[in-house]
Amino acid sequence: MKKYFIDIFKAIWTVLIGMKITFKHLFVPAVTIQYPDVKLNLPERARNRLYVNMDDCIGCLQCSNACPVDCIEIETVKSLPTEDLGLTSKGTKKRLYVTKFTIDIAKCCYCGLCVPPCPTECIFMTDKYEFSEYNRRDLIYNFSTMTEQEIAEVKARAAEAEKEAAAKKAAPKPATATPTNPETKKSEN
Amino acid sequence: MEKFLVDIFGSEITAYIIIAIIPLIFIVPYALFAVWLERKVSAHMQDRLGPMYTGGWHGWAQTIADIIKLLQKEDIVPAAADKKLHLLAPYIVFIGSYAAFAAIPFSSEYIGSHLNLGIFYIIAVSSLVVVGLLMAGWSSNNKWSLFGAMRSAAQIVSYEIPTALSLLAVVMIAGTLNLQEINKMQSGWFWNWFIFSKFPFVFIAFLIYFVASLAEVNRTPFDIPEAESELVAGYHTEYTGMKFAMFFLAEYANMFAVSAIASAVFLGGWNSPFGDFMSGPIWGVFWFVAKGMFFIFVQMWLRWTLPRTRVDQLMYVSWKVLTPFAFFCIFAIGIWLML
Ligand code: SF4
Ligand code: SF4
Repeated sequence: MKKYFIDIFKAIWTVLIGMKITFKHLFVPAVTIQYPDVKLNLPERARNRLYVNMDDCIGCLQCSNACPVDCIEIETVKSLPTEDLGLTSKGTKKRLYVTKFTIDIAKCCYCGLCVPPCPTECIFMTDKYEFSEYNRRDLIYNFSTMTEQEIAEVKARAAEAEKEAAAKKAAPKPATATPTNPETKKSEN
Repeated sequence: MEKFLVDIFGSEITAYIIIAIIPLIFIVPYALFAVWLERKVSAHMQDRLGPMYTGGWHGWAQTIADIIKLLQKEDIVPAAADKKLHLLAPYIVFIGSYAAFAAIPFSSEYIGSHLNLGIFYIIAVSSLVVVGLLMAGWSSNNKWSLFGAMRSAAQIVSYEIPTALSLLAVVMIAGTLNLQEINKMQSGWFWNWFIFSKFPFVFIAFLIYFVASLAEVNRTPFDIPEAESELVAGYHTEYTGMKFAMFFLAEYANMFAVSAIASAVFLGGWNSPFGDFMSGPIWGVFWFVAKGMFFIFVQMWLRWTLPRTRVDQLMYVSWKVLTPFAFFCIFAIGIWLML
Protein backbone atom coordinates (compact mmCIF):
# COMPACT_ATOMS: atom_id res chain seq x y z
CA MET A 1 0.00 0.00 0.00
CA LYS A 2 2.82 2.32 0.90
CA LYS A 3 4.54 1.53 -2.36
CA TYR A 4 1.36 2.44 -4.24
CA PHE A 5 1.38 5.99 -2.92
CA ILE A 6 5.13 6.34 -3.31
CA ASP A 7 4.76 5.25 -6.94
CA ILE A 8 2.07 7.83 -7.60
CA PHE A 9 4.11 10.55 -5.96
CA LYS A 10 7.19 9.52 -7.93
CA ALA A 11 5.22 9.48 -11.17
CA ILE A 12 3.97 13.03 -10.68
CA TRP A 13 7.34 14.26 -9.45
CA THR A 14 9.35 12.77 -12.32
CA VAL A 15 6.86 14.09 -14.86
CA LEU A 16 7.34 17.55 -13.39
CA ILE A 17 11.12 17.18 -13.60
CA GLY A 18 10.85 16.16 -17.23
CA MET A 19 8.54 19.06 -17.97
CA LYS A 20 10.98 21.45 -16.37
CA ILE A 21 13.76 20.20 -18.62
CA THR A 22 11.74 20.44 -21.81
CA PHE A 23 10.49 23.88 -20.82
CA LYS A 24 14.04 25.07 -20.36
CA HIS A 25 14.95 23.76 -23.77
CA LEU A 26 12.10 25.73 -25.28
CA PHE A 27 14.26 28.82 -24.78
CA VAL A 28 17.63 27.35 -25.65
CA PRO A 29 18.70 28.78 -29.01
CA ALA A 30 18.27 26.20 -31.73
CA VAL A 31 21.34 24.48 -33.08
CA THR A 32 19.82 24.25 -36.53
CA ILE A 33 21.62 26.05 -39.31
CA GLN A 34 19.39 27.44 -42.03
CA TYR A 35 21.47 25.65 -44.62
CA PRO A 36 21.14 27.31 -47.99
CA ASP A 37 21.12 30.74 -46.35
CA VAL A 38 23.77 30.08 -43.76
CA LYS A 39 26.68 27.76 -44.40
CA LEU A 40 29.18 26.32 -42.05
CA ASN A 41 32.81 27.08 -42.77
CA LEU A 42 34.43 24.03 -44.24
CA PRO A 43 37.54 22.57 -42.64
CA GLU A 44 40.72 23.62 -44.34
CA ARG A 45 41.34 20.30 -46.02
CA ALA A 46 37.76 19.42 -46.85
CA ARG A 47 37.40 17.28 -49.96
CA ASN A 48 34.79 18.50 -52.40
CA ARG A 49 34.64 19.05 -56.12
CA LEU A 50 37.86 18.60 -58.05
CA TYR A 51 39.27 21.22 -60.30
CA VAL A 52 42.09 20.95 -62.81
CA ASN A 53 44.08 23.95 -63.85
CA MET A 54 44.81 22.95 -67.45
CA ASP A 55 47.43 25.65 -67.91
CA ASP A 56 49.69 23.63 -65.67
CA CYS A 57 48.73 20.11 -66.64
CA ILE A 58 51.51 18.23 -68.41
CA GLY A 59 49.40 15.17 -69.19
CA CYS A 60 51.52 12.79 -67.16
CA LEU A 61 48.55 10.53 -66.22
CA GLN A 62 49.70 10.30 -62.60
CA CYS A 63 46.30 11.34 -61.34
CA SER A 64 44.33 8.94 -63.47
CA ASN A 65 46.65 6.09 -62.46
CA ALA A 66 46.17 6.91 -58.82
CA CYS A 67 42.41 7.04 -59.00
CA PRO A 68 40.89 3.92 -57.41
CA VAL A 69 37.62 4.17 -59.34
CA ASP A 70 39.13 5.17 -62.68
CA CYS A 71 36.99 8.20 -63.13
CA ILE A 72 39.69 10.39 -64.65
CA GLU A 73 40.14 9.85 -68.36
CA ILE A 74 43.07 11.49 -70.11
CA GLU A 75 44.21 11.28 -73.68
CA THR A 76 47.35 12.96 -74.85
CA VAL A 77 49.02 13.60 -78.17
CA LYS A 78 52.75 14.14 -78.52
CA SER A 79 53.81 17.55 -79.71
CA LEU A 80 56.39 17.95 -82.45
CA PRO A 81 59.93 18.90 -81.38
CA THR A 82 59.49 22.14 -83.28
CA GLU A 83 56.42 23.19 -81.33
CA ASP A 84 56.59 25.06 -78.06
CA LEU A 85 53.69 24.43 -75.66
CA GLY A 86 55.07 26.78 -73.04
CA LEU A 87 56.01 26.22 -69.46
CA THR A 88 53.94 25.44 -66.39
CA SER A 89 53.95 27.89 -63.53
CA LYS A 90 56.62 25.72 -61.92
CA GLY A 91 58.84 25.87 -64.94
CA THR A 92 58.28 22.36 -66.25
CA LYS A 93 58.22 22.13 -70.00
CA LYS A 94 54.98 20.87 -71.50
CA ARG A 95 55.47 18.22 -74.14
CA LEU A 96 52.03 16.75 -74.62
CA TYR A 97 48.76 18.04 -75.91
CA VAL A 98 46.03 17.02 -73.49
CA THR A 99 43.24 16.32 -75.96
CA LYS A 100 40.92 14.79 -73.42
CA PHE A 101 40.67 15.31 -69.70
CA THR A 102 37.37 14.31 -68.13
CA ILE A 103 36.48 13.55 -64.54
CA ASP A 104 33.28 11.66 -63.95
CA ILE A 105 32.44 13.38 -60.68
CA ALA A 106 29.49 11.06 -60.20
CA LYS A 107 31.91 8.17 -59.79
CA CYS A 108 34.43 10.14 -57.77
CA CYS A 109 34.55 9.05 -54.14
CA TYR A 110 36.44 12.14 -52.97
CA CYS A 111 39.30 10.05 -51.68
CA GLY A 112 41.74 12.72 -52.76
CA LEU A 113 44.31 10.20 -53.97
CA CYS A 114 44.68 12.01 -57.27
CA VAL A 115 45.84 15.22 -55.67
CA PRO A 116 49.28 14.43 -54.18
CA PRO A 117 50.86 12.61 -57.18
CA CYS A 118 50.42 15.56 -59.52
CA PRO A 119 53.90 16.95 -60.22
CA THR A 120 52.63 20.41 -61.00
CA GLU A 121 49.92 20.57 -58.32
CA CYS A 122 47.31 21.46 -60.86
CA ILE A 123 44.58 19.03 -59.78
CA PHE A 124 43.08 20.02 -56.45
CA MET A 125 39.95 20.11 -54.33
CA THR A 126 37.82 23.24 -54.34
CA ASP A 127 35.33 24.27 -51.66
CA LYS A 128 32.28 23.71 -53.86
CA TYR A 129 30.02 20.87 -52.83
CA GLU A 130 26.67 21.83 -54.35
CA PHE A 131 26.60 20.64 -57.95
CA SER A 132 23.61 18.38 -58.40
CA GLU A 133 22.36 17.91 -61.95
CA TYR A 134 19.22 16.60 -63.56
CA ASN A 135 21.17 14.50 -66.03
CA ARG A 136 23.88 12.11 -64.94
CA ARG A 137 25.91 12.91 -68.04
CA ASP A 138 26.23 16.50 -66.90
CA LEU A 139 28.39 15.25 -64.06
CA ILE A 140 31.17 14.27 -66.43
CA TYR A 141 33.29 17.36 -66.29
CA ASN A 142 35.48 18.16 -69.21
CA PHE A 143 38.61 20.12 -68.39
CA SER A 144 40.48 20.00 -71.69
CA THR A 145 40.78 23.50 -73.10
CA MET A 146 41.22 22.37 -76.69
CA THR A 147 38.47 22.69 -79.26
CA GLU A 148 37.47 19.79 -81.50
CA GLN A 149 39.13 21.44 -84.44
CA GLU A 150 42.42 21.91 -82.62
CA ILE A 151 42.32 18.33 -81.45
CA ALA A 152 41.81 17.10 -85.02
CA GLU A 153 44.65 19.28 -86.28
CA VAL A 154 47.01 18.17 -83.57
CA LYS A 155 46.14 14.53 -84.16
CA ALA A 156 46.65 14.84 -87.90
CA ARG A 157 50.02 16.49 -87.40
CA ALA A 158 51.09 13.86 -84.93
CA ALA A 159 50.02 11.10 -87.29
CA GLU A 160 51.98 12.71 -90.09
CA ALA A 161 55.06 13.06 -87.94
CA GLU A 162 54.77 9.45 -86.96
CA LYS A 163 54.49 8.42 -90.58
CA GLU A 164 57.55 10.43 -91.44
CA ALA A 165 59.45 8.92 -88.55
CA ALA A 166 58.35 5.48 -89.61
CA ALA A 167 59.43 6.22 -93.17
CA LYS A 168 62.86 7.40 -91.96
CA LYS A 169 63.22 4.32 -89.86
CA ALA A 170 62.02 2.12 -92.70
CA ALA A 171 64.81 3.24 -95.06
CA PRO A 172 67.88 1.98 -93.13
CA LYS A 173 65.87 -0.64 -91.39
CA PRO A 174 66.79 -3.91 -93.12
CA ALA A 175 70.44 -3.62 -92.05
CA THR A 176 70.29 -2.20 -88.53
CA ALA A 177 66.82 -2.87 -87.23
CA THR A 178 67.40 -5.97 -85.15
CA PRO A 179 70.82 -5.27 -83.68
CA THR A 180 70.15 -1.62 -82.75
CA ASN A 181 67.17 -2.32 -80.56
CA PRO A 182 68.94 -4.07 -77.68
CA GLU A 183 71.79 -1.61 -77.96
CA THR A 184 69.61 1.40 -77.52
CA LYS A 185 68.00 -0.25 -74.55
CA LYS A 186 71.37 -0.85 -73.01
CA SER A 187 72.45 2.70 -73.53
CA GLU A 188 69.24 3.92 -71.95
CA ASN A 189 69.91 1.82 -68.90
CA MET B 1 -27.16 35.70 -29.55
CA GLU B 2 -30.00 33.68 -31.07
CA LYS B 3 -32.43 36.56 -30.75
CA PHE B 4 -29.91 38.91 -32.30
CA LEU B 5 -29.34 36.61 -35.28
CA VAL B 6 -33.03 35.93 -35.71
CA ASP B 7 -33.61 39.67 -35.78
CA ILE B 8 -30.96 40.17 -38.44
CA PHE B 9 -31.90 37.31 -40.76
CA GLY B 10 -35.58 37.19 -40.02
CA SER B 11 -35.60 33.44 -40.02
CA GLU B 12 -34.83 31.05 -37.21
CA ILE B 13 -33.41 28.38 -39.48
CA THR B 14 -30.74 30.65 -40.96
CA ALA B 15 -29.85 31.84 -37.49
CA TYR B 16 -29.47 28.32 -36.14
CA ILE B 17 -27.43 27.20 -39.11
CA ILE B 18 -25.08 30.09 -38.50
CA ILE B 19 -24.85 29.24 -34.82
CA ALA B 20 -24.08 25.65 -35.74
CA ILE B 21 -21.38 26.67 -38.21
CA ILE B 22 -19.53 29.11 -35.95
CA PRO B 23 -17.52 26.39 -34.14
CA LEU B 24 -16.52 24.92 -37.50
CA ILE B 25 -15.25 28.32 -38.60
CA PHE B 26 -13.23 28.32 -35.43
CA ILE B 27 -12.00 24.71 -35.60
CA VAL B 28 -10.44 24.71 -39.06
CA PRO B 29 -8.07 27.66 -38.61
CA TYR B 30 -7.45 26.55 -35.05
CA ALA B 31 -6.43 23.06 -36.23
CA LEU B 32 -4.06 24.53 -38.80
CA PHE B 33 -2.59 26.79 -36.16
CA ALA B 34 -2.35 23.98 -33.61
CA VAL B 35 -0.51 21.68 -36.01
CA TRP B 36 1.92 24.48 -36.77
CA LEU B 37 2.28 25.19 -33.06
CA GLU B 38 2.85 21.54 -32.29
CA ARG B 39 5.66 21.39 -34.82
CA LYS B 40 7.18 24.57 -33.51
CA VAL B 41 6.90 23.56 -29.85
CA SER B 42 8.33 20.13 -30.53
CA ALA B 43 11.13 21.62 -32.58
CA HIS B 44 12.14 24.18 -29.98
CA MET B 45 11.94 21.66 -27.17
CA GLN B 46 14.49 19.63 -29.10
CA ASP B 47 16.59 22.71 -29.90
CA ARG B 48 15.53 22.67 -33.53
CA LEU B 49 13.72 25.34 -35.51
CA GLY B 50 10.83 23.52 -37.15
CA PRO B 51 9.27 24.85 -40.36
CA MET B 52 10.92 28.13 -41.30
CA TYR B 53 10.30 28.86 -44.96
CA THR B 54 6.72 28.62 -46.15
CA GLY B 55 4.97 31.94 -45.83
CA GLY B 56 7.95 33.87 -44.58
CA TRP B 57 7.74 34.47 -40.86
CA HIS B 58 8.68 31.20 -39.08
CA GLY B 59 6.93 29.10 -41.70
CA TRP B 60 3.46 30.20 -40.61
CA ALA B 61 1.88 28.98 -43.87
CA GLN B 62 3.39 25.50 -43.68
CA THR B 63 0.22 23.78 -42.48
CA ILE B 64 -1.90 25.64 -45.03
CA ALA B 65 0.38 24.35 -47.76
CA ASP B 66 0.20 20.88 -46.24
CA ILE B 67 -3.58 20.82 -46.20
CA ILE B 68 -3.75 22.02 -49.80
CA LYS B 69 -1.38 19.22 -50.72
CA LEU B 70 -3.50 16.70 -48.81
CA LEU B 71 -6.64 17.84 -50.64
CA GLN B 72 -4.99 17.13 -53.97
CA LYS B 73 -3.82 13.65 -53.02
CA GLU B 74 -5.22 10.55 -54.56
CA ASP B 75 -7.87 8.90 -52.44
CA ILE B 76 -6.74 5.29 -52.12
CA VAL B 77 -9.19 2.72 -50.80
CA PRO B 78 -7.67 -0.70 -50.13
CA ALA B 79 -9.09 -3.37 -52.43
CA ALA B 80 -10.08 -5.61 -49.54
CA ALA B 81 -11.58 -2.81 -47.46
CA ASP B 82 -15.19 -2.61 -46.44
CA LYS B 83 -15.87 0.35 -48.72
CA LYS B 84 -18.91 1.83 -47.02
CA LEU B 85 -17.52 1.73 -43.52
CA HIS B 86 -14.16 2.91 -44.76
CA LEU B 87 -15.80 5.94 -46.31
CA LEU B 88 -18.02 6.69 -43.36
CA ALA B 89 -15.54 6.30 -40.50
CA PRO B 90 -13.65 9.60 -40.71
CA TYR B 91 -16.88 11.55 -40.86
CA ILE B 92 -18.31 9.77 -37.83
CA VAL B 93 -15.14 10.51 -35.90
CA PHE B 94 -15.35 14.15 -36.86
CA ILE B 95 -19.07 14.36 -36.13
CA GLY B 96 -18.41 12.85 -32.71
CA SER B 97 -15.87 15.47 -31.81
CA TYR B 98 -17.75 18.31 -33.47
CA ALA B 99 -21.01 17.48 -31.74
CA ALA B 100 -19.31 18.08 -28.41
CA PHE B 101 -18.86 21.73 -29.40
CA ALA B 102 -22.62 22.21 -29.31
CA ALA B 103 -22.62 22.39 -25.52
CA ILE B 104 -19.39 24.29 -25.04
CA PRO B 105 -19.95 27.89 -23.95
CA PHE B 106 -17.53 30.06 -25.90
CA SER B 107 -18.79 33.20 -24.24
CA SER B 108 -21.56 34.32 -21.94
CA GLU B 109 -23.59 35.10 -25.06
CA TYR B 110 -22.64 32.22 -27.25
CA ILE B 111 -23.32 28.55 -26.74
CA GLY B 112 -24.47 26.18 -29.45
CA SER B 113 -27.31 24.75 -27.48
CA HIS B 114 -28.62 25.65 -24.03
CA LEU B 115 -28.67 22.12 -22.77
CA ASN B 116 -29.47 21.49 -19.16
CA LEU B 117 -27.53 18.27 -19.45
CA GLY B 118 -24.48 19.90 -21.06
CA ILE B 119 -21.70 17.86 -19.44
CA PHE B 120 -23.66 14.65 -19.69
CA TYR B 121 -24.32 15.32 -23.35
CA ILE B 122 -20.67 15.99 -24.10
CA ILE B 123 -19.52 12.80 -22.40
CA ALA B 124 -22.17 10.80 -24.18
CA VAL B 125 -21.73 12.23 -27.65
CA SER B 126 -17.95 12.12 -27.66
CA SER B 127 -18.23 8.34 -27.20
CA LEU B 128 -19.38 8.30 -30.79
CA VAL B 129 -15.73 8.79 -31.68
CA VAL B 130 -15.01 5.25 -30.50
CA VAL B 131 -17.52 3.88 -32.98
CA GLY B 132 -15.82 5.77 -35.79
CA LEU B 133 -12.37 4.59 -34.77
CA LEU B 134 -13.50 0.97 -34.54
CA MET B 135 -15.14 1.32 -37.93
CA ALA B 136 -11.97 2.73 -39.42
CA GLY B 137 -9.83 0.00 -37.95
CA TRP B 138 -12.16 -2.82 -38.91
CA SER B 139 -13.00 -1.66 -42.41
CA SER B 140 -9.37 -1.04 -43.41
CA ASN B 141 -8.76 -4.79 -43.30
CA ASN B 142 -5.30 -4.21 -41.97
CA LYS B 143 -3.74 -5.71 -38.86
CA TRP B 144 -2.25 -2.46 -37.70
CA SER B 145 -5.48 -0.60 -38.15
CA LEU B 146 -7.41 -3.23 -36.25
CA PHE B 147 -4.91 -3.27 -33.41
CA GLY B 148 -5.03 0.50 -33.20
CA ALA B 149 -8.81 0.52 -33.19
CA MET B 150 -9.04 -2.16 -30.49
CA ARG B 151 -6.53 -0.35 -28.35
CA SER B 152 -8.23 2.97 -28.73
CA ALA B 153 -11.64 1.48 -27.94
CA ALA B 154 -10.29 -0.16 -24.80
CA GLN B 155 -8.50 3.02 -23.83
CA ILE B 156 -11.33 5.46 -24.42
CA VAL B 157 -13.91 3.28 -22.74
CA SER B 158 -11.82 2.82 -19.63
CA TYR B 159 -10.75 6.44 -19.40
CA GLU B 160 -14.26 7.72 -19.75
CA ILE B 161 -14.93 6.56 -16.22
CA PRO B 162 -12.36 8.72 -14.42
CA THR B 163 -13.24 11.60 -16.76
CA ALA B 164 -16.90 11.41 -15.92
CA LEU B 165 -16.25 10.91 -12.21
CA SER B 166 -13.90 13.86 -11.94
CA LEU B 167 -16.42 16.09 -13.69
CA LEU B 168 -19.06 14.74 -11.34
CA ALA B 169 -17.07 16.14 -8.44
CA VAL B 170 -17.63 19.64 -9.79
CA VAL B 171 -21.21 18.93 -10.74
CA MET B 172 -21.88 18.08 -7.12
CA ILE B 173 -20.62 21.48 -6.02
CA ALA B 174 -22.39 23.36 -8.79
CA GLY B 175 -25.59 21.39 -8.57
CA THR B 176 -26.14 21.59 -12.33
CA LEU B 177 -24.97 19.93 -15.51
CA ASN B 178 -25.43 23.07 -17.57
CA LEU B 179 -22.01 24.38 -18.55
CA GLN B 180 -23.26 27.95 -18.93
CA GLU B 181 -24.59 27.86 -15.35
CA ILE B 182 -21.37 26.34 -14.09
CA ASN B 183 -19.45 29.16 -15.73
CA LYS B 184 -21.67 31.83 -14.25
CA MET B 185 -21.05 30.43 -10.78
CA GLN B 186 -17.33 30.99 -11.21
CA SER B 187 -17.52 34.67 -12.16
CA GLY B 188 -15.51 37.26 -10.31
CA TRP B 189 -11.89 36.83 -9.39
CA PHE B 190 -9.93 33.73 -10.14
CA TRP B 191 -10.23 32.40 -6.61
CA ASN B 192 -13.89 31.78 -7.41
CA TRP B 193 -12.88 29.17 -9.95
CA PHE B 194 -13.89 25.67 -9.00
CA ILE B 195 -10.34 24.42 -9.17
CA PHE B 196 -9.62 26.36 -5.95
CA SER B 197 -12.82 25.45 -4.11
CA LYS B 198 -12.94 22.60 -1.59
CA PHE B 199 -9.17 22.48 -1.76
CA PRO B 200 -7.50 20.08 -2.52
CA PHE B 201 -10.24 17.73 -3.66
CA VAL B 202 -11.33 19.62 -6.74
CA PHE B 203 -7.72 20.18 -7.63
CA ILE B 204 -7.12 16.43 -7.51
CA ALA B 205 -10.25 15.94 -9.60
CA PHE B 206 -8.84 18.44 -12.10
CA LEU B 207 -5.58 16.50 -12.35
CA ILE B 208 -7.52 13.29 -12.84
CA TYR B 209 -9.61 14.93 -15.53
CA PHE B 210 -6.56 16.25 -17.31
CA VAL B 211 -4.71 12.93 -17.33
CA ALA B 212 -7.80 11.03 -18.40
CA SER B 213 -8.57 13.53 -21.13
CA LEU B 214 -5.07 13.05 -22.52
CA ALA B 215 -5.90 9.38 -22.88
CA GLU B 216 -9.29 10.14 -24.38
CA VAL B 217 -7.82 12.15 -27.20
CA ASN B 218 -5.00 9.65 -27.78
CA ARG B 219 -2.22 12.02 -26.90
CA THR B 220 1.19 10.97 -25.67
CA PRO B 221 1.95 9.42 -23.18
CA PHE B 222 -1.27 7.55 -23.94
CA ASP B 223 -1.04 7.47 -27.72
CA ILE B 224 -0.79 3.71 -28.01
CA PRO B 225 -3.61 3.53 -30.57
CA GLU B 226 -1.46 5.48 -33.00
CA ALA B 227 1.94 4.32 -31.76
CA GLU B 228 4.02 5.02 -34.85
CA SER B 229 6.83 2.71 -33.89
CA GLU B 230 4.54 -0.28 -33.46
CA LEU B 231 1.41 0.29 -35.52
CA VAL B 232 2.54 2.60 -38.33
CA ALA B 233 -0.34 4.99 -37.66
CA GLY B 234 -2.93 2.87 -35.91
CA TYR B 235 -6.49 3.05 -37.11
CA HIS B 236 -5.79 5.56 -39.90
CA THR B 237 -2.94 3.59 -41.48
CA GLU B 238 -4.97 2.94 -44.64
CA TYR B 239 -6.36 6.42 -45.04
CA THR B 240 -5.12 8.93 -47.55
CA GLY B 241 -5.76 12.45 -48.67
CA MET B 242 -8.89 14.16 -47.49
CA LYS B 243 -10.04 11.34 -45.23
CA PHE B 244 -6.72 11.32 -43.46
CA ALA B 245 -7.02 15.07 -43.03
CA MET B 246 -10.45 14.47 -41.52
CA PHE B 247 -8.96 12.24 -38.83
CA PHE B 248 -6.37 14.85 -38.14
CA LEU B 249 -8.95 17.58 -37.89
CA ALA B 250 -11.03 15.42 -35.55
CA GLU B 251 -8.04 14.75 -33.35
CA TYR B 252 -7.23 18.43 -33.00
CA ALA B 253 -10.89 19.35 -32.55
CA ASN B 254 -11.00 16.78 -29.79
CA MET B 255 -7.96 18.24 -28.15
CA PHE B 256 -9.64 21.61 -28.03
CA ALA B 257 -12.91 20.10 -26.82
CA VAL B 258 -11.33 18.47 -23.77
CA SER B 259 -9.26 21.56 -23.06
CA ALA B 260 -12.36 23.70 -23.35
CA ILE B 261 -14.25 21.49 -20.93
CA ALA B 262 -11.33 21.62 -18.51
CA SER B 263 -11.29 25.39 -18.64
CA ALA B 264 -15.09 25.72 -18.47
CA VAL B 265 -15.54 23.36 -15.55
CA PHE B 266 -12.43 24.02 -13.51
CA LEU B 267 -10.98 27.36 -14.60
CA GLY B 268 -13.97 29.62 -14.98
CA GLY B 269 -14.40 29.27 -18.74
CA TRP B 270 -15.09 32.67 -20.26
CA ASN B 271 -14.68 34.51 -16.98
CA SER B 272 -11.86 36.97 -16.71
CA PRO B 273 -9.45 36.03 -13.92
CA PHE B 274 -9.46 39.64 -12.70
CA GLY B 275 -13.05 40.36 -11.76
CA ASP B 276 -14.58 42.98 -14.04
CA PHE B 277 -11.29 43.74 -15.74
CA MET B 278 -11.50 42.77 -19.43
CA SER B 279 -14.75 40.90 -18.98
CA GLY B 280 -17.73 40.85 -21.28
CA PRO B 281 -19.03 38.65 -24.07
CA ILE B 282 -16.21 39.46 -26.52
CA TRP B 283 -13.46 39.28 -23.92
CA GLY B 284 -15.14 36.09 -22.81
CA VAL B 285 -14.27 34.47 -26.12
CA PHE B 286 -10.71 35.64 -25.69
CA TRP B 287 -10.38 34.21 -22.18
CA PHE B 288 -12.05 31.00 -23.14
CA VAL B 289 -9.84 30.39 -26.16
CA ALA B 290 -6.75 31.50 -24.23
CA LYS B 291 -7.43 29.01 -21.46
CA GLY B 292 -8.15 26.30 -23.99
CA MET B 293 -4.93 27.06 -25.87
CA PHE B 294 -3.01 26.97 -22.63
CA PHE B 295 -4.16 23.41 -22.02
CA ILE B 296 -3.34 22.51 -25.58
CA PHE B 297 0.13 23.84 -25.02
CA VAL B 298 0.43 21.70 -21.89
CA GLN B 299 -0.71 18.69 -23.89
CA MET B 300 2.01 19.34 -26.43
CA TRP B 301 4.49 19.97 -23.68
CA LEU B 302 3.71 16.58 -22.16
CA ARG B 303 3.85 14.93 -25.54
CA TRP B 304 7.40 16.03 -26.13
CA THR B 305 8.44 15.23 -22.59
CA LEU B 306 7.12 11.77 -21.90
CA PRO B 307 7.61 8.47 -23.68
CA ARG B 308 4.67 6.24 -24.55
CA THR B 309 3.24 3.94 -21.89
CA ARG B 310 2.63 0.25 -22.34
CA VAL B 311 -0.90 -1.07 -22.63
CA ASP B 312 -0.85 -2.65 -19.18
CA GLN B 313 0.53 0.53 -17.64
CA LEU B 314 -2.23 2.45 -19.33
CA MET B 315 -4.87 0.21 -17.82
CA TYR B 316 -3.14 0.35 -14.46
CA VAL B 317 -3.28 4.13 -14.42
CA SER B 318 -6.93 4.18 -15.30
CA TRP B 319 -8.35 1.44 -13.10
CA LYS B 320 -6.01 1.39 -10.16
CA VAL B 321 -5.07 5.04 -9.78
CA LEU B 322 -7.41 7.50 -11.43
CA THR B 323 -10.71 5.74 -10.75
CA PRO B 324 -10.15 5.12 -7.00
CA PHE B 325 -8.88 8.66 -6.55
CA ALA B 326 -11.87 10.06 -8.41
CA PHE B 327 -14.21 8.11 -6.15
CA PHE B 328 -12.31 9.35 -3.14
CA CYS B 329 -12.68 12.94 -4.32
CA ILE B 330 -16.39 12.56 -4.88
CA PHE B 331 -16.76 11.00 -1.48
CA ALA B 332 -14.76 13.72 0.26
CA ILE B 333 -16.58 16.52 -1.54
CA GLY B 334 -19.89 14.90 -0.75
CA ILE B 335 -19.09 14.83 2.95
CA TRP B 336 -17.81 18.40 2.81
CA LEU B 337 -21.04 19.54 1.16
CA MET B 338 -23.15 17.78 3.77
CA LEU B 339 -21.30 19.34 6.69
S1 SF4 C 1 39.33 12.07 -55.53
FE1 SF4 C 1 39.77 9.88 -55.63
S2 SF4 C 1 38.04 9.05 -56.76
FE2 SF4 C 1 38.00 11.25 -57.10
S3 SF4 C 1 39.13 11.55 -59.01
FE3 SF4 C 1 40.61 11.78 -57.34
S4 SF4 C 1 41.47 9.74 -57.06
FE4 SF4 C 1 39.61 9.48 -58.27
S1 SF4 D 1 48.84 14.46 -62.43
FE1 SF4 D 1 48.61 16.66 -62.76
S2 SF4 D 1 49.88 17.10 -64.50
FE2 SF4 D 1 49.65 14.89 -64.49
S3 SF4 D 1 47.88 14.52 -65.83
FE3 SF4 D 1 47.08 14.70 -63.76
S4 SF4 D 1 46.51 16.85 -63.57
FE4 SF4 D 1 47.86 16.71 -65.37
